[in-house]
Amino acid sequence: MASADWPLSAPLIAGDKTPGKVTGDICAVLDSRPTSLWWGGLLLSLALLLLGVVAISYQVATGIGTWGLNKTVGWAFDITNFVFWIGIGHAGTLISAVLFLLRQHWRTSVNRSAEAMTIFAVICAGIFPVIHMGRPWLAFWMAPYPNDRGSLWVNFRSPLIWDFFAISTYFTISATFWYIGMVPDFATIRDRAEPGLRRDIFTVLSLGWDGSQMTWLRYETLYKLLAGLATPLVISVHTIVSWDFATSVIPGWHTTIFPPYFVAGAIFSGMAMVLTLMIVARKTMGLEDYITVGHIDKMCKVTLATSLMVGLAYITELFVALYSGNEYEQFAFFNRMAGPMAWAYWIMFSCNVFVPQLLWFRKVRTSVLMVFVLSIFVNIGMWFERFVIIVTSLHRDYLPSSWSSYAPTWIEIATLLGSFGLFFTCFLLFCRFAPVIAISEVKGVLSVGRAKRKGGAA
Amino acid sequence: MSDRLLLGFFAEEDEVLSATRALRGSGLQIADIYAPYAVHGLDKAMGLKPSRLPWICFALGLAGAAFKVWFEIWTSAEDWAINVGGKPFNSLPAFVPVTFEVMVLCAGLSTVLAFLIAARLYPGKKAPQFDAAVSDDQFIIAIEQNDAAFDPKLVAELLSQHGVVRVEERVGASQ
Repeated sequence: MASADWPLSAPLIAGDKTPGKVTGDICAVLDSRPTSLWWGGLLLSLALLLLGVVAISYQVATGIGTWGLNKTVGWAFDITNFVFWIGIGHAGTLISAVLFLLRQHWRTSVNRSAEAMTIFAVICAGIFPVIHMGRPWLAFWMAPYPNDRGSLWVNFRSPLIWDFFAISTYFTISATFWYIGMVPDFATIRDRAEPGLRRDIFTVLSLGWDGSQMTWLRYETLYKLLAGLATPLVISVHTIVSWDFATSVIPGWHTTIFPPYFVAGAIFSGMAMVLTLMIVARKTMGLEDYITVGHIDKMCKVTLATSLMVGLAYITELFVALYSGNEYEQFAFFNRMAGPMAWAYWIMFSCNVFVPQLLWFRKVRTSVLMVFVLSIFVNIGMWFERFVIIVTSLHRDYLPSSWSSYAPTWIEIATLLGSFGLFFTCFLLFCRFAPVIAISEVKGVLSVGRAKRKGGAA
Repeated sequence: MSDRLLLGFFAEEDEVLSATRALRGSGLQIADIYAPYAVHGLDKAMGLKPSRLPWICFALGLAGAAFKVWFEIWTSAEDWAINVGGKPFNSLPAFVPVTFEVMVLCAGLSTVLAFLIAARLYPGKKAPQFDAAVSDDQFIIAIEQNDAAFDPKLVAELLSQHGVVRVEERVGASQ
């Protein structure tokens, strides 16, 4: 790295930072008092969360007859929300693990908060299948433990049990990865804190981290291994979620394209959520030097690429239905596009395929406001994608006499709002109490691609 | 590790790297280096061997997967075999997804545990630090003094050549 080539690409972190400044900048958010904006956000999130708690308590006490489901449409809002939230989580793992293995240094500014997003999204997702069981207090029956019913074991051939293992493994590994990544930063906070409760808490959390190079070497190895495990894991999780549908015999679900289609869709929706959150976080916490327009530009490119994959999947599905000559398959897709729920299909198609085409333009990608609006569109579109897949495949089944429709009740809507409340409550608390940006990782990339500050022999 | 250490404080990562190479080149023993972030190439400069954690990850991942395959066959085909839709009791292909998840879980958690044990990290441990600024922006090279190659004059010269900020001595350090 003796002579850097000119012209250099823009630095990953703006504002000529030194490691000391990085510590100061990121810890400043934790040291200062919360702003009124933060309190406002927290109160709103807590209100939504409370609404969700009330709705869930009511439906657990009364039964899932409080939902708008019927004999024909047996899965609708709750499973839509489940798949939606799980998908949101996947971008966090993509950024933290996949981009780490691909040596994309820019990820250091966003990986911490994206991982947090993953964990909170998986928590939100986990609620829905549990309440869908109707008797959530028996949810532990999903675990294959020796019991006094025989032992009656779970059915390991069922995609629903695969799902249970996939989601719980995903949550555990993501949470571990997140925590291990924060240990050096917890040590930084510990060493800055005045003696007192805060210091004691971070002393426990930082596990006695002292920055020894021998530990760093093992730590880097561990990080690489966890990234290597998380990468196939994230693909397996959404593949298994898609198998919940694909292994059934419902036209519109029973397709081999589902696993790659779902994984691409998950990363697409997750990237949109990362963009939404990051744009708000950088503005409200003054982190513009760390999450630069360059970062947003790169994430937009990932969003555009996955949008194209999703669009390809939509069109492939239509083509395969046409080409198969299977009447039921053809009807399922014709009904999606032109049936009574066509509005949902076209919201999905416009938000996920047409609108993101704007990201081809650099002007759009570098306009923070435009990207923010676009990311909201994608969030909405991807929610509708799951709704379309689930409801339109079910509501007109084989016998026209059993055709039906579906509309959510206020209980279901309140539960969805409650999950957003839970998500944002967790995220806002995380922003206050943990370093939102991976301090030690950012320090390591300050001089990527350029000569070190003083003429060392490196 | 001996009980007499000479600490060289540095401010820049490339100076630490070059100083480490120079010190080891003159046969001095480096006890450890403390850094605020992972410096690439420092492990090679120090002559550290690669970590053995990948072996733990591989072995326990494999063990977890093997156990799960056995468990699935035992529960589904032996202990209480139930006919589900006429599928074979031992449906190996259908056992793959759960086996994979359990493999990842075992490999991941056991590697983290092995890391914590190897690095002697545990909740509540007091960090045995020379200087709190290590977690901010300070680098420290700890050099063994109880060493035949240790010549104070040579060490001082080497350190200042590579931009040392200050030098301290620790005797009977708890490390």
